Amino acid sequence: MAEFKLPADSRYQDVPGRTHAAPAGATRVKTFRVYRFDPDGTDKPRIDNYAVDLDRCGPMVLDALLKIKNEIDPTLTFRRSCREGICGSCAMNIDGLNTLACTKAIDEVRGDVRIFPLPHLPVVKDLVPDLTNFYAQYAAIKPWLQTRTPAPPDRERLQSKEDQEKVDRPSACILCACCSTSCPSYWWNSDRYLGPAAILAAYRWIVDSRDEATGERLDALDDPFRLYRCHTIMNCTEACPKDLNPAKAIAEVKKLLVERQH
Amino acid sequence: MATRPRPLSPHLQVYRPMYTMVLSMTHRLTGLALALGLWLLAAWLWALAEGPAAYGRIHGLLASPLGLLLGGAFALAYWYHFCNGLRHLQWDTGRGLEKASARRSGTIVVIATLALTALTLAALAHAGGRP
Repeated sequence: MAEFKLPADSRYQDVPGRTHAAPAGATRVKTFRVYRFDPDGTDKPRIDNYAVDLDRCGPMVLDALLKIKNEIDPTLTFRRSCREGICGSCAMNIDGLNTLACTKAIDEVRGDVRIFPLPHLPVVKDLVPDLTNFYAQYAAIKPWLQTRTPAPPDRERLQSKEDQEKVDRPSACILCACCSTSCPSYWWNSDRYLGPAAILAAYRWIVDSRDEATGERLDALDDPFRLYRCHTIMNCTEACPKDLNPAKAIAEVKKLLVERQH
Repeated sequence: MATRPRPLSPHLQVYRPMYTMVLSMTHRLTGLALALGLWLLAAWLWALAEGPAAYGRIHGLLASPLGLLLGGAFALAYWYHFCNGLRHLQWDTGRGLEKASARRSGTIVVIATLALTALTLAALAHAGGRP
């Protein structure tokens, strides 16, 4: 049964947060309201306010977070690596929407910038969620080429340009988890529903002309929970920072399951 | 090292109500409303079979302001669920799943729901006005 409210120990509204004022003389100030949770303390999560001088800050939300960590509060914890939308580390909920902090411009947000960890996950610290289950679901769809026939002795397994184009877009997924953790169905059923990211990955191998385990892959998805908890809410496609379409991939998998019965 | 249980990160509390998400939730809620409203419809049909006295009682209830409001809400829920159901059938064929087309079809559903509900209520009012 879906639990719409946060457990008592997860409420972030109960403990007042700290406020860090902008430096004197700053003219273009933006307030970042950031979710904080300290696993070593005893307090519940809280929201801290950081006033940032935008004239001395890069254009992206990640620039602001790095500035906060470097100059205001070194205890602020978050994941980041490439700062160019290719690693997926800095996925978080910014201004109510899951996206990458490094590709989200501060200017796009009106008013204060509210930043939370990816939704409905156990929080390790501050903006760092535990993605163990998410990665296990990715592993569960066996994201590698499976074949029966021996490989050609003199070259790779080739495919036509058209066949390559089928796997081209879904292969661009960076596993940032923005889509899966934007999905209400995944919030309530992530113990049994694979979620958009894992199903998009499964689809990528199902439509790959070189893969020879299509039937087994479809068998593994043909389950009321693993696949069919998708109700086409479309939050996944709306959230994807790489502009991929997991909702459509899931619909295609459902179609293939119907078609193979005839 | 985990020193204490990890809190659950906020979800519904902080997620922006996306257009397509709200439409999807409305589909769920109207489905629930229809399941409950069916009892009212069944009571009405039962009274119809039972005879004039029972029918008079249920008619009095349904013709009251609250009854009319419930009836109107039932018609609204019915048409929304019906139109959005057609949208789901289109999705089942793999079409209309781009961001722009899903938003567009959602708006068509909302407009069609309002129009069909207005038509239904107008037709009922017209029929009710006849001797």
